[in-house]
Amino acid sequence: MPYIVLSLIKLLIVVLILMHALAYLQWVERKVIAHVQLRVGPRRVGPHGLLQPLADVIKLVTKEGLIPSHVNTPFYFLAPFLAVLFALIPMCLIPYGGDINVFGIHTTMQVTDVSIGVLLVLGLSGLGVYGVALAGWASNNKYALMGGLRSSAQMISYELPMALAIAAPLLMLNTLSFRHMVDAQTGFYFGFIPKWSIFQGPFPQIFSFILFSIAGFAETNRVPFDLPEAENELVAGFHTEYSSMTFAAFFMAEYANMMTVSFVATLLFLGGWQPLWPVQYGSSLLAPLIFGATALICFSHAVRPARPFDRITLPVFGVIFLGLAGLFLIPAGQQILMPLFWFLGKAGIILFIFIWVRATLPRFRYDQLMSFAWTFMFPAALINLFITGFLVAVS
Amino acid sequence: MDAVLFLVFAAIAVVCAINLVLQTHPIASALSLIGVMGSLAFVYLQLGGEFIAAAQLVVYAGAIMVLFVFVIMLLNEGKERKVKMKLWGRWAGAPLLACFLALMAFIVQRVLPPQESVRFGAFTGGDAQSIGTRLFTAYLLPFEVTSVLILIAIVGAIVLARKEID
Repeated sequence: MPYIVLSLIKLLIVVLILMHALAYLQWVERKVIAHVQLRVGPRRVGPHGLLQPLADVIKLVTKEGLIPSHVNTPFYFLAPFLAVLFALIPMCLIPYGGDINVFGIHTTMQVTDVSIGVLLVLGLSGLGVYGVALAGWASNNKYALMGGLRSSAQMISYELPMALAIAAPLLMLNTLSFRHMVDAQTGFYFGFIPKWSIFQGPFPQIFSFILFSIAGFAETNRVPFDLPEAENELVAGFHTEYSSMTFAAFFMAEYANMMTVSFVATLLFLGGWQPLWPVQYGSSLLAPLIFGATALICFSHAVRPARPFDRITLPVFGVIFLGLAGLFLIPAGQQILMPLFWFLGKAGIILFIFIWVRATLPRFRYDQLMSFAWTFMFPAALINLFITGFLVAVS
Repeated sequence: MDAVLFLVFAAIAVVCAINLVLQTHPIASALSLIGVMGSLAFVYLQLGGEFIAAAQLVVYAGAIMVLFVFVIMLLNEGKERKVKMKLWGRWAGAPLLACFLALMAFIVQRVLPPQESVRFGAFTGGDAQSIGTRLFTAYLLPFEVTSVLILIAIVGAIVLARKEID
């Protein structure tokens, strides 16, 4: 099959899944935060609020796009476009799994493998700040401008510790391509400790992982570093003047950036799609076990329903989960789905931590944010890099 | 395919460069400069200079231009004012530019050795590993001197900023 057709098919799959994942990530976030705060979250639209993202999308699309009279129109429309563009391009560079054979075609579960993948993702996500900064400036609104300026200052400051935190595992893995990075983390110490970067000798990269995650929170403008849109100081920050689809674009960009950060963290530190324990001890049975258990829980709750509609919805979910468990047991399905399961599972845990932190921590003050970056993060990342470099050179 | 992509990005770079000069608004000029740098990065990538492409994107289009845009926004400069050009400046500009370009073309042709035409994929020494090896063996002294230069620039900036605060 010609390269270009194959690439287009892969792009289509990635885009379709990504767009749904973005919408449903927001549903997950609302549900998780609601449960942390002892509420139920969205549950009116569809069973357990599952159609809420669809309703939100319809609302945002059909809403009138209001253009305030005082904005700088060309830049006002360029800003959300740039934000979405630089949030979505990195998704093409992420490998979601190893090599697969589908209908006799041998391919990789990645749109394209660039030999400088991690640098390119770093560069492209750094460009994402132009969307936010430009939105703040073009709005001709002092709150929006403050948000945009804060965002660019924050981005410049936290890019340094982030780059240094990425450099340390790169010294050990000795490659810049995501695919080779995961290959360098294959295998187990003593037959059961995985050789992921955070466990790998000579210097386990656990500090690097923590620094990268903190810088990732700041780069994606998430709580506790969401100063650019701090609503009790700046109305809504850089997107104060945006509504309908232009607002949705910033929303999408934020969630896409979150996903990129967690994917990169998974590939750099958590071994990509490598399993937690060897296959001969049954690591490939974990997925059907989890889905099967979920199906059983659904069925048992359907027998004693807490709410009247649970009698209908929970058996349906149970059957869906049983079907998923079955798919994982077929050899052809297992070959494609097991790497995906591990990869998305690890990335999903990081995404869950993103949401968990949002529900738990209050926001930093602006001077705290800056002094934290320059007096703690930067020296810590530098020391970590020195120790790693020294130990890699010695061993 | 390579040629088409090259033409697309080269055209974007040229259009952005012309736009950079023509625009009267500083933000528009800065954005055009980002466009030039970004499309140059993709041209480097096509020609096999992978690491240079990434550095171009991370350092120039990312870090440096963010600072530019930051400063422009902080000063909140409006459109530049048009200054009436002198008569001789208006007439002598284009011929002088043509002379300059001709001189440049002549020198480049003279100084640089005659080369075969550049082909896509012919150059492979642009990955991070080979650049790092060259940087720490053949070009160690220029590399270290540059880092001292940057250090001096940082110290100078701090001294100037402190004077302002005091």
